[in-house]
Amino acid sequence: MRKGYLGVDIGSISTKAVVIDEGGAILAESYLWTEGNPIAAVKRVLIEMESQLAGSDVCVLSSGTTGSARELIGSVLGAQVVKNEITAHAMGTLSLHPDVHTIFEIGGQDSKIIVLRDGVPVDYAMNTLCAAGTGSFLSSQSRRLGIPVEEFGDYALRSQRPTKIAGRCTVFAESDLVHKAQIGYAIEDIIAGLCNAIVGNYLNNVGKGKEIQPPIVFQGGVSKNVGVVEAFKRLTGHDVQVDECGHLMGALGIALLARDTGVEREFDFGVRDMSFDTVGDECGGCANNCEVVCVLRNGEFVDGWGNRCATGIERVKTTLRA
Amino acid sequence: MTGKRRVTFPHMGEYWIAFETLAEMLGAEAVIAPRMTRHTLEAGAHVSPEFVCVPFKYNMGNFLETLEGGGADVIVQAGGGCRFGYYGEVQEAILKDMGYEFELVNLIKAESAAQLVREVRRMQPSVSYVRAARAVAVAYRQAQAIEAAEAYVRLNIGFEVERGATDRALNSFLRDLRTTRTLRAVREVRERGLADLAAVPIDKPADPLRVGVVGELYVLMEPFANCGVERKLAAAGVEVHRFINGTSLIAQGVGGRKHVRHALDAAGPWVEYHLGADATESVAKTWELMNAGFDGMVHLKPFGCMPEVSAMSALQRISREHTFPILFLSYDAQTAEAGVQTRVEAFCDMLAMRRRRDASA
Repeated sequence: MRKGYLGVDIGSISTKAVVIDEGGAILAESYLWTEGNPIAAVKRVLIEMESQLAGSDVCVLSSGTTGSARELIGSVLGAQVVKNEITAHAMGTLSLHPDVHTIFEIGGQDSKIIVLRDGVPVDYAMNTLCAAGTGSFLSSQSRRLGIPVEEFGDYALRSQRPTKIAGRCTVFAESDLVHKAQIGYAIEDIIAGLCNAIVGNYLNNVGKGKEIQPPIVFQGGVSKNVGVVEAFKRLTGHDVQVDECGHLMGALGIALLARDTGVEREFDFGVRDMSFDTVGDECGGCANNCEVVCVLRNGEFVDGWGNRCATGIERVKTTLRA
Repeated sequence: MTGKRRVTFPHMGEYWIAFETLAEMLGAEAVIAPRMTRHTLEAGAHVSPEFVCVPFKYNMGNFLETLEGGGADVIVQAGGGCRFGYYGEVQEAILKDMGYEFELVNLIKAESAAQLVREVRRMQPSVSYVRAARAVAVAYRQAQAIEAAEAYVRLNIGFEVERGATDRALNSFLRDLRTTRTLRAVREVRERGLADLAAVPIDKPADPLRVGVVGELYVLMEPFANCGVERKLAAAGVEVHRFINGTSLIAQGVGGRKHVRHALDAAGPWVEYHLGADATESVAKTWELMNAGFDGMVHLKPFGCMPEVSAMSALQRISREHTFPILFLSYDAQTAEAGVQTRVEAFCDMLAMRRRRDASA
C-alpha cells in the first residue's frame, strides 16, 4: 500500500485538488469550476480523484483544505488541516522551486505577492479594497469584447502598439477600454493595453514597496494568459516562470501540509454520496444580525460559523431543531 | 442650565466605563450609546460625507443611536492631529441640520491639564472646579486600569490553557471597575483585577512570537472597527504589543509638543518632519521594536487616512531594507472578517516559518 495525501483548494471561481505520495509527487489531479456551489464542486472533484486512483494501491491518509471555502469544505471532508491560501501557495511553490524569491499570484477575486528568502516566506501582501486586475475583471472584459478569455493572450502577443489603459481602478479601465474601442483602436492593441494595465496595477498596489527579485514564479488563473506573462517580464525586467501545474499550487501546498501533520486516518471517499446541506440564517440576537452558516451532514449539525459571539451558533442550532 | 445634564460620547473600546464615571462624578447623567453593531456603522455612514474616514461614521452612528433613543443634552468629542480636529464641528453641524438639539464639548481644545478640567466642566457647569478635577483624576485612573488589564490580555490570551478564562477574569474586573468612584477604590480593583488575570493558567513558550500593533488611534483601539485584529493575532499564538492608548494620547495632548520631538528622535533616519496624528509614532515604534528583535508589525489605518498613508512609505522602506515583516491593513465600512482572518493567519504562519529557519540556521 502506498500512502497518499489529499489537498483541496476551493476558490471563488475554480476548485482544485491533488493527491500526492509521501515524496510530494502528484498522483491524481482535478481542476473544475466552483460554479457558486463549493460542496457540489468538491464532490465532483472527489469522484475524479477516485477514478484516477482506481486500480492503484494508494490509500489516502490525510486531507487538507485551503481557499476561500476552506472552512466549509474542511468540515465536509473532516480535514486534518484548514489553512489560508497564502501559506498553501508558498508551500506548494517551494516544493517545486526551492530557490524561488518572488511569487506573483492573480486569482479570480484577489491577487497576492509572496517574497521568499532561503526557502522561507519573509513578506507578503494581498490586494485590499479593490479587485481591479483580477481574473473576474478580465472575464467581464472578454465578454464585452466578445473574445473568449482563453484567447486574450494570443491577441495581446499580436499587438505591435498596445494602447494605454488606465489600470488604477476597474471603473476607469472600463471607460478607457470602451473609449479606445469606439475611436477605432485594433482589438489586439486594446487587449495588450489591458494586460499592461493589469500588471501595472498589480505592481503598483500589491507589489508596492516589495523587493521583487528573481527567480519569479507566476501563478493563479491569470498566469495562463501569455499576454500578462509577457507584460510582467517587460515591466519587471526579469524572467517570469509559469508552471504547467501552476493552478494546482495551493492544492499541492495544502496536501503537503496535511502530510506533515502526521495525523493519519483513512480518508472516506464516501463523502461524495453523503448529503450535505448548509443553512444560513441571520442570528437576530442583536443588531449585528450576524449571518450564521451551519453545515448539516445527512441532517446532523457538523459545524457552523459567522457569529461574532458565542450565542449565535446555539441560537441557530435551536431554530434548526425546531 | 443648572439641572442634571445628559451627557453622551462616542464609543472606543472599553473607555465608556471611564466616561460614565466622569459624567456621573460631575453630577451629570451618563448616556451610554448602545454597543457597537453593524447598525451603528450603517446609520452613521448614511449621514456622513462619503469620503470621510470610517471613524467619523462610527462616531456619527453612536450619536444617532443615543439621540434617537432617549436623547442627550451634551455630546463630547475628543481626538485630533488630523482632520479629526474638525470632526466635532462637522458632526455638530450635520446633527443640528437634522434637527437635534445639544451642546458640543470638544476636549481636543485642551492643551494643559487645567484646560482639560475647564472643558470637562462644560458638561455640567454647576459643578465646582475641585469636584471636576477629582472626577477627571478618577476617570483617568480608571482608563489607565483598563489599559493595564488589556495590555496583559494582549500578551497572554493567545496562550491561555482554558479558552475563555482570560475573558471571564477581564469582564469581572471591568464590572468591578465600573462601580469605583474614588482613587483608592480604583487602585484596589486594579490590583485585584491584575492579580486575577495573572492567576489564569497560561502555557507560553519562553520565547513566543512577538508582534507590535501601530497605526491610527481609532481603528487601533476599537475592536469592532478593526475586525478584532488583536484577538485574531493572539489566537494565532503571538504576544501582541500595543503602545498607543487613550491616556497616552491625553498625556500627549496636554503635554505640549514634547512627544513630537521624542517620536521624531525615536523614528531615527526615517522621518524628518512630523507626519501628523500618530503617524510619526507608528514609524518610531516600528523602528524601535524591530531593533528590539520583534518578529513583525501590524499597521492599521482607516482607508484614506492621510497621516498613516505618509507613514507607510517609511514603514515599507524599513520592511524592505531590513526584511522585517509588516502587515498593512486598511479599514473602511466593510464588516467581513474573513479577509482580516486570512491575512493575519498567513502573516503569523510566515513569522513562525522564519523563526524555524533562523533556529535551524
